[in-house]
Amino acid sequence: MQSLWSRLFRAASLRRMSDLFEDGPDDGPENSGDNFPEFTVSEISGAVKRVIEGEFGHVRVRGEVGRVSMPRSGHMYFDLKDDRAVINAVSWKGQVAKMAVKPEEGMEVIATGRMTTFPGQSRYQLIVEDVVPAGAGALMAMLEKRKAALQAEGLFAQELKQKLPYLPEIIGVVTSPSGAVIRDILHRLRDRFPRKVLIWPVAVQGQNCAPEVTRAIEGFNAMTPGGALPRPDLLIVARGGGSTEDLWGFNEEIVARAAAASRIPLISAIGHETDTTLIDYVADQRAPTPTAAAELAVPVRHELLAWVGEQQARLTRAMSQRLEQRGQRLRDLARALPRAETLLESPRQRLDTASERLPRALTASTQLRRVKLSEASAGLRPGLLSTRLAQLRERSESQAARLAPALSRHAGQKRIDFDRLAMRLDTRRLVQVQTREGERLALLSARLSTVANAGLNGHRERLNALERMRQTLGYTETLRRGYAVVRADNAVVTGQAEAAAATALEIEFADGRVLVGPGAGTPVAEADGAAGQTAAKASVPAAAKPAAKKKNPTAPDQGSLF
Amino acid sequence: MSETPVSEMSFEQAMAELERVVGQLERGDVPLEDSIKLYERGAELKARCETRLKEAEEKVAKITLDPNGQPRGTTPVEGL
Repeated sequence: MQSLWSRLFRAASLRRMSDLFEDGPDDGPENSGDNFPEFTVSEISGAVKRVIEGEFGHVRVRGEVGRVSMPRSGHMYFDLKDDRAVINAVSWKGQVAKMAVKPEEGMEVIATGRMTTFPGQSRYQLIVEDVVPAGAGALMAMLEKRKAALQAEGLFAQELKQKLPYLPEIIGVVTSPSGAVIRDILHRLRDRFPRKVLIWPVAVQGQNCAPEVTRAIEGFNAMTPGGALPRPDLLIVARGGGSTEDLWGFNEEIVARAAAASRIPLISAIGHETDTTLIDYVADQRAPTPTAAAELAVPVRHELLAWVGEQQARLTRAMSQRLEQRGQRLRDLARALPRAETLLESPRQRLDTASERLPRALTASTQLRRVKLSEASAGLRPGLLSTRLAQLRERSESQAARLAPALSRHAGQKRIDFDRLAMRLDTRRLVQVQTREGERLALLSARLSTVANAGLNGHRERLNALERMRQTLGYTETLRRGYAVVRADNAVVTGQAEAAAATALEIEFADGRVLVGPGAGTPVAEADGAAGQTAAKASVPAAAKPAAKKKNPTAPDQGSLF
Repeated sequence: MSETPVSEMSFEQAMAELERVVGQLERGDVPLEDSIKLYERGAELKARCETRLKEAEEKVAKITLDPNGQPRGTTPVEGL
C-alpha cells in the first residue's frame, strides 16, 4: 500500500514537488502545511487513473459473477464479488465477441483484464478481456444445468431420434475444411463407399464456433433435395479432440437446438470418445470419433457387392435345384408310370379267357337245366293224376258212408239223455205248488177288496163334504143372492175404469149371462136356454173361481170364514 | 410378393426384398410357376442393388459462403 501511495503522489506532483517527495515513507508534518500543493478534481482523478492503470495493468480476478447487463451497445457490464467486496467489471463489445464463455450470473469465474477508473463517477472498474470458469468443475456444473434444462424440454427423447439412411446419396459434413477431421472422414468414406460430400466450413472453436455450426445445420436443412445445392440426406457434425474449452462451442444451446431440429438425420462426432458435448445428446446418432462417423454413415461397398453376388448365387442355386428336383421327380414319376400295353395285358387276357369260357358255360348251363327239366317232367303223367283222383274219391266215399250211421248214433245217444231228464220232471209237485199259491192269492184278494172298499167310502164321503162346502163358498151361491159378475173380453171387470174402457161387457147372473154394449148388438138374454146354461157352466171353472175370490173382500163377513 | 416396382425401391428396400426372395426360393415350398417369377424378380432386384453399388462415386465439394455466412455455391475439393 505504501508503495502505491508513494507512486500516486509521485505521479501527481511530479512536476512541482519532485524534490520534496522523493521518499514515499516520509510523510512528515509538511503534508498538512499551507504550502501543501492543490489538485484540481480532474488532476487528482487523472493521477489516480494513471496509478491504478500502471499498477494493475494486467490482473486476474477470481470472483462470483453478480448482476450482468448487456445494453444494445453490445458492451457487457457485470459485477464481480466475493463475500465482502464488489468490483464493477466491463467488457467491450469486441471483447465480448471473443469470449469462449460468457459470464453468467452466479458463475464462479477468473476474469482477466486491467483495472481502470471511470473519473466521471469516481469509480474504479475492471476491464475484462476474457472470462474462464473458475475450475473445470464450474464449467461442468454449468453444462449440467444446461443439459438438465434441455432434457426437461424433451430434446433428448428417443422418439425424436431419426433412423440413419442405409445408403445416403449425399453427406453433408459440418467441420473445419482444413485439418485431420475432414480428411479422416473422406478417407473412411472412400474406403467404404465413395459418396458425394458437401462440406460446410465452420470454425470448430472460439466464439464463432457455435453460431457457425448452428447456421450450417440450419443451412443444410434449408436446401431442397436435388436442387442446385442438393440437400444432403445425412449430416455429420465433426471436430477433432481438444480441451473442454476448445469443444465448448458444441455445448452451446443454439447448437444443440439446431441439431435437435434438424430434419436430416445427424451424426455428431466431437472430440474423442471420452468427450461428450451437448450436441451428442440431441444428435440422432453419436459417433465416438470422426472416423467412426464415416463408418456409421455408409455401409461397406465391397461387402455389399459380395452380398449381392452371394444372393445371386443363392438365387441361381435355389432355382436350378428347384428345376433339378422337379426334373428328377418328373423322371422318377415317368419311370414309375407303366406302359399302356402292360396296363392292358392282364385285362385283355382276362377278356380272352372269359370270352372263351362264355359259350361253353352257356351250353353247359342249358344242358344242366335240360336234364333237370326232363327229370321233373318224367314223373308228370295223366295216369298219375287219375290214380291220385281215384284215391281221393275212394277216401271221400268211405267217409260219406260213415257219415249217416255216425249221425244217427249220435242222435240216439242224445235222445236217451233227453228221456232220462224228462223222466226226472215231476208234474204232481207242480200242481201242489199251484194250489197252495192259489189259496194264498184268494186270501190276499179278499183282504185287498175289504181295505179298498173301506178307503173308497171314506174318500167319497170327504169328497161330498168338500163339494158341499164348495157349493156354499162358490160365487154362484153369491149370485143367487143378487150379485152379478161383470166381464169384458172374458176377464172379470172389477172397476169403473176398466168397465169404461171395455167395448162390450158381459154380465153374469145366477141364472145366465147378458152381453151389454155396442159390440154386443142387441142385448141377448140367454135366460133359460140350455146353451146359455152350458156356456155359463163351462166358463165357471175358467173364470168364476178367481172372480169369486176377487169379490170376497167386498163381502167382509165371508172373508172372515177363511 | 411385394407390389412395389423394383425401379422405385431404395437400395435398402431392394436388399431386403432380394433377401426375402432368395429365402423363399430356397425353402422350395413355392410352385414351379411362382418360383420362376421369384427368380426373375430376384434377378431384377440383384441388378438394382448392383447398379446402386456401382454408382459409388466420390465427389467432394465445399460450400462457399457469402459475407453473411449464407451458402453461395460450391467449389470442388481435391487432394484430401
